[in-house]
Amino acid sequence: MGLDIEKIRQDFPILHQQVNGKDLIYFDNAATTQKPLPVLEALSEYYGKYNANIHRGIHFLAEKATSAFELTRKAFREFLNASSTEEIIFTYGTTDGINLVAQTYGRKFLKEGDEIIISTMEHHSNIVPWQMLCEEKGCILKVIPIDDDGNLIFEAYEQLLNEKTAIVSVVHVSNALGTINPIKQIIEKAHEFGAVVLIDGAQASSHIDIDVQALDVDFYVLSAHKLYGPTGMGILYGKKDLLNAMPPYRGGGEMIKEVTFEKTTYNDLPYKFEAGTPNIADVVAAKIALDYVKNLGKENIAAYENELLEYATEKLQKIEGLKIIGQAREKVSVISFVMEGIHPQDVGVILDQQGIAVRTGHHCTQPLMQRFGIPGTSRASFAVYNTKEEIDKLVAGIEKVKKFLL
Amino acid sequence: MTINEIQDEIIEDFELFDDWEQKYEYIIDLGKSLKGLDDQYKTEENIIKGCQSVVWLNAFMEDGKLYFEADSQAIIVKGLVSMLLKVLSGHTPREIVDADLYFIEKVGLSSHLAQTRSNGLASMVKQMKIYAIGYESLEK
Repeated sequence: MGLDIEKIRQDFPILHQQVNGKDLIYFDNAATTQKPLPVLEALSEYYGKYNANIHRGIHFLAEKATSAFELTRKAFREFLNASSTEEIIFTYGTTDGINLVAQTYGRKFLKEGDEIIISTMEHHSNIVPWQMLCEEKGCILKVIPIDDDGNLIFEAYEQLLNEKTAIVSVVHVSNALGTINPIKQIIEKAHEFGAVVLIDGAQASSHIDIDVQALDVDFYVLSAHKLYGPTGMGILYGKKDLLNAMPPYRGGGEMIKEVTFEKTTYNDLPYKFEAGTPNIADVVAAKIALDYVKNLGKENIAAYENELLEYATEKLQKIEGLKIIGQAREKVSVISFVMEGIHPQDVGVILDQQGIAVRTGHHCTQPLMQRFGIPGTSRASFAVYNTKEEIDKLVAGIEKVKKFLL
Repeated sequence: MTINEIQDEIIEDFELFDDWEQKYEYIIDLGKSLKGLDDQYKTEENIIKGCQSVVWLNAFMEDGKLYFEADSQAIIVKGLVSMLLKVLSGHTPREIVDADLYFIEKVGLSSHLAQTRSNGLASMVKQMKIYAIGYESLEK
């Protein structure tokens, strides 16, 4: 089924504005997607009609808020095909989820000399938490190399695995290159060596169907704001046995069963990991974002985005002096590029003057930029509301950049 | 010329421009024509790190006046750097410490100095003032 893109665009009020006197073209979707009206309305409705603290109150508003909050958990269970809602932990986002696993599972189960494997294309949020853990526990960080097109070198990964490998933490889709990694095979191989696998799904969740049971993944983390939902809200999926074995992360209200000054007993899953008043409004609205995606159909979204990717790749490749960084076999709708003789930041400034929002810089993947020997790239990333006409304007915009700077 | 006289001159120059294209052409030209720094001064110590591009800043005193030289990888940043040098370089440390850089806002470029740009320009202004404070205390 084809999507009615013009109709979809009407759902996103932010798109209909001028920036620097030009119609806004928003191509920074890998950083965060825009939010459709139903999500905005859900936020406003929550605060306007049933704001209350959840789980504890017995009054009408508290019950309504609690049930909306828990509905989101059910929706994400379904979204990820987890076997139980106990396996769905609300976090503040992908970074928070990775830190949670590093600081609980990692601190409890890793010992000196254990090895953690990540890849060259990780976001800083999937590097630094493990470095912090390595520093504390005396573990060793190993890095899977990539080839010039931005594919993981799978044979090199296999060679890194051994009995000391305790954790493999790899990104599902690279934010800077768009590469889709073969996570099913990565997980299978890691399990042969008894390692636990975390997949950073921040960039994948809006493009790819995720089935945590079919993948047999141990932990999967994502952020709602890259999925047409609010910021400050994410999901940690974890296998129940692992989550049960892990100590709590933050202490406080909600995560306890009973507190005395001598000893505190902790709450059951998932609440054990949800100390304090959570981000209720954003959690509630995240379900509406999932509904929105479900309604459009992820496979329809992916097909359309792929069309945009192919169109843009073809057009951009024709621009003299432009080189696409990241031409992996499997990609989502992200195009990173460099221009001969022009710094990415200059590209970004001149495009911004033309109302075109792209991301420039190292995309929080400095080691990856070092791998390619570049200071950064300009990145255009497409979402379901983008159009081929906008891509044409990007191409014209880049020609203007060249006119200005060369 | 005083720091404010130089700022006023730049503001006048910008008033001649009708649109963003002329404005950026001017800044890019400034960037391209700024001599920049010799490699020996592009040291780790002289780096002002931004999220997106690097600015190098070198300072030296001559006859009681503080001079700056700077460079950047990005041309537009280099153009803006050139304007900052034009305004602040060659004055006494006290004048530099006391300078109120109003021209940036007046010519509509304040977003480039905002923290969100993360291009090191805001840090560069700060570093220039720190040099001025440092040299002033050395002189006493």
